[in-house]
Amino acid sequence: MGNEAVLGGPAYRGPSEVNKSKRKFLIAATSAAGGVIGAAVAVPFLISMEPSARARAAGAPIEVDISRLEPGAMLTVEWRGKPVWVLNRTKPMLESLSKDTAQLADPDSNASIQPEYAKNQDRSIKPEYLVVIGICTHLGCSPIPRFEPGEASGLGANWLGGFLCPCHGSRFDLAGRVFAGQPAPTNLEIPPYFYLSDSRVLIGEDKKGA
Amino acid sequence: MANGTTMPEKVLQWVDDRFPLVETWKYHLSEYYAPKNFNFWYYFGSLAILVLVIQIATGIFLTMNYKPSAEQAFASVEYIMRDVTWGWMIRYMHSTGASFFFIVVYLHMFRALLYGSYRKPRELIWIIGCFIYLALMAEAFFGYLLPWGQMSFWGAQVIVNLFSSIPLIGPDIAIWIRGDFVVGDATLNRFFAFHVIAVPLVLLGLVFVHLIALHEVGSNNPDGIEIKKNKDPKTGIPLDGIPFHPYYTVKDIVGVVVFLAIFSAVAFFAPEMGGYFLEYNNFIPADPLKTPPHIAPVWYFTPFYAMLRAVPAMFGSQFPGVAVMGAAVVILFFLPWLDRSPVKSIRYRGPIYKTAVALFVVAFVVLGWLGIEAPTPLYTWMARVLTIVYFAFFLLMPWYTRIDPVKPEPKRVTG
Repeated sequence: MGNEAVLGGPAYRGPSEVNKSKRKFLIAATSAAGGVIGAAVAVPFLISMEPSARARAAGAPIEVDISRLEPGAMLTVEWRGKPVWVLNRTKPMLESLSKDTAQLADPDSNASIQPEYAKNQDRSIKPEYLVVIGICTHLGCSPIPRFEPGEASGLGANWLGGFLCPCHGSRFDLAGRVFAGQPAPTNLEIPPYFYLSDSRVLIGEDKKGA
Repeated sequence: MANGTTMPEKVLQWVDDRFPLVETWKYHLSEYYAPKNFNFWYYFGSLAILVLVIQIATGIFLTMNYKPSAEQAFASVEYIMRDVTWGWMIRYMHSTGASFFFIVVYLHMFRALLYGSYRKPRELIWIIGCFIYLALMAEAFFGYLLPWGQMSFWGAQVIVNLFSSIPLIGPDIAIWIRGDFVVGDATLNRFFAFHVIAVPLVLLGLVFVHLIALHEVGSNNPDGIEIKKNKDPKTGIPLDGIPFHPYYTVKDIVGVVVFLAIFSAVAFFAPEMGGYFLEYNNFIPADPLKTPPHIAPVWYFTPFYAMLRAVPAMFGSQFPGVAVMGAAVVILFFLPWLDRSPVKSIRYRGPIYKTAVALFVVAFVVLGWLGIEAPTPLYTWMARVLTIVYFAFFLLMPWYTRIDPVKPEPKRVTG
């Protein structure tokens, strides 16, 4: 009698009375609900590992002064934590770009990443100045300049000058285009950029309204 | 209850009434019967626990002075090396411990291969062990970024970028792992969290269940026969078993002493080990704008790295190489079911299996060497052939272990 009053229901009458299918259903329903809640709680933790608002905002464009960049010289600047190269290409360097097209994996840059205005043979706005992200499209190492053509480069007599990735040996020409049969699948990425004036480039942003 | 009379006995009884202390001691040590014929190869399990303890102890003291930030990490390690009293010793013990952990674990795994310790009924011990190996690789990888040297940075860059080669979701996964668009402060900070708390907790849990599973079924031995088949009819104790304590605890102490002598010699006199334990490029602070001319992982990852490089890009993607590298580790899990030999130990196997093991060892060691060297066309072809040998060892095993002529196993262990 006392038990009935406390539990507010009929007294427990032993294991034979247990409603097994009801118990099974309740266990399954509770587990499912717990599982869903557990997964839902995991979501904010997993998303917290995404780049933070500060990391996303850090991609501000940078201004580069190219007035002192001699022909044949290259400077490296940091944009979004990555090296961006600005190379002042000489006449022979530019001429090499039409000689190697047959050996390239993607000579017209159809599979590669670049803004529309840099989707041409020299992959640039002004042919002399190559602006390119110096990160190999294979596994993210930074290739090394090997501008010296021919035997002296150590890359064979047919080498016309370009870049060599130290990690897995991918070779790129002087427009950042990858040679066929290399580990890197596509050409080096060209960032968005435009000329503020003849001597100043803004890297990381397209020309407004263009 | 027969209460003890002396004070320590009373204390023990008080504890035992509340916690199964004596029972646990008996079950896992003084009345855990291990085969009496353990040999040299059976040192490496207990030595792995010793190295784990060394790594945790030295790691705790390193975190007291280390700063997990891109700005300060490199300098804080140099601070530990130069300004913290005895800091250099703690750090060298930790870095030497990392390499010795892999030496010991590779030998421990090779022992299992020799004597069929992964076979029924010990499949689960082997699988848990494979997870321990995976956790160990994760621990080593995360830890290697922390000094924030050139090799730390570019090694992490390459390994994280492996994930971006996964079709479709890869690039987003890589960003998610890094917490930034490049390896940076966010990456370093989270790798620190994984290295000092997340992975060690997993590792300790796995080691615990590894031992519980082992003590449930009992240890294998160099003869690969079950000592539980021959029990003393009166006591129920295996006739070829001896209590782990004191017999094997004392034996293992000898192993510990020899191990610590070698370990100390390296930690004190050759902590860099000619650039194999601590790579020279890692004494240069991380520079996100400049990759070192030659990068290679630390020696214990090089066999897998060589396999990664050996596979050419297919369909404009590096993913096949990544998949082969992953498969090289995953295939270990299936070993218990690939081996169909009627005997476990190499002592009673035929010439085919002995040849296969020899080829496998050669392939693994030479791949390890190739992974350190800069790739040349010849080396790439060698790596391709040896990668095939590595996989053939596992994939052809169901066939060659069945046709291999075996010798009869003895009834009792042979010592």
